[in-house]
Amino acid sequence: MELKTKIDAEAGKQDLLITREFDLPVELLFKAHAEPDIIAQWMSNPHTTAKVLKFEGKKHGSYQLESTDAHGNVVFRSNGVIHEFIPDQKITRTFEMENAPFGVQLEVYEFEQLTEGTSKLDIHVIYESGAKRDQLLALPFAQGLNMAHNRIQEILNTLK
Amino acid sequence: MNLRRDVFQAIADPTRRAILLLVASHTMTAGAIASNFDTARPTVSKHLQILTECELLEQKQAGREIYYYINAQKMKEVAEFIEPFRKIWDDRFNKLESIMKEYKSK
Repeated sequence: MELKTKIDAEAGKQDLLITREFDLPVELLFKAHAEPDIIAQWMSNPHTTAKVLKFEGKKHGSYQLESTDAHGNVVFRSNGVIHEFIPDQKITRTFEMENAPFGVQLEVYEFEQLTEGTSKLDIHVIYESGAKRDQLLALPFAQGLNMAHNRIQEILNTLK
Repeated sequence: MNLRRDVFQAIADPTRRAILLLVASHTMTAGAIASNFDTARPTVSKHLQILTECELLEQKQAGREIYYYINAQKMKEVAEFIEPFRKIWDDRFNKLESIMKEYKSK
């Protein structure tokens, strides 16, 4: 199935653009980014559970998130400050993964109504350097590469 | 130097894939990389040489140490480099959409 999310990461640049259209009114799309309980739900996945430790959805506010694995071990924490928080329109914030070498990134979320029931989200992410951006992009790729090869190995092992 | 080495040959080896994964998260010295493996240091050096020859890793001299870092530009040639990153976001957004559809119908 084709992915609905588009990512534009030009070579040699230190930013990227994430774009996605939603089958949701813009109010609900924004609400999903403004209510801690809802953020925790969609930031969780089958491997990790997200928890919102702190969330102040306002100018000069800040937030902190935590992800734990199935055993309750903390996988990572992230935090940032909010510079702009305009309901149904825009969130400008910083994002930093704690105890990681990726630096602080600036994120501009722009919410746009397309029709009454559909909306669009643009996230412009600016990294400290092009190298940091590429390093972050490479991480899921390298992990995926290992997982895919491990799966092939598991299948081969069963054939032995 | 063997110019015929290509990136696919490089990533066919599990140790080399593990090295790429390590270096993807931290720029590291050869010693620090080797300390993560039970393999003999010369074997790890050989893997580093292959990864460097096919440009998946780059070296940077800092004093007496050589640091290895990932060449994301070259990684892009391997396959759909950005796809796993995109998949993470797409999964998240799909979840967001289904949660909010529930919310709407409540």
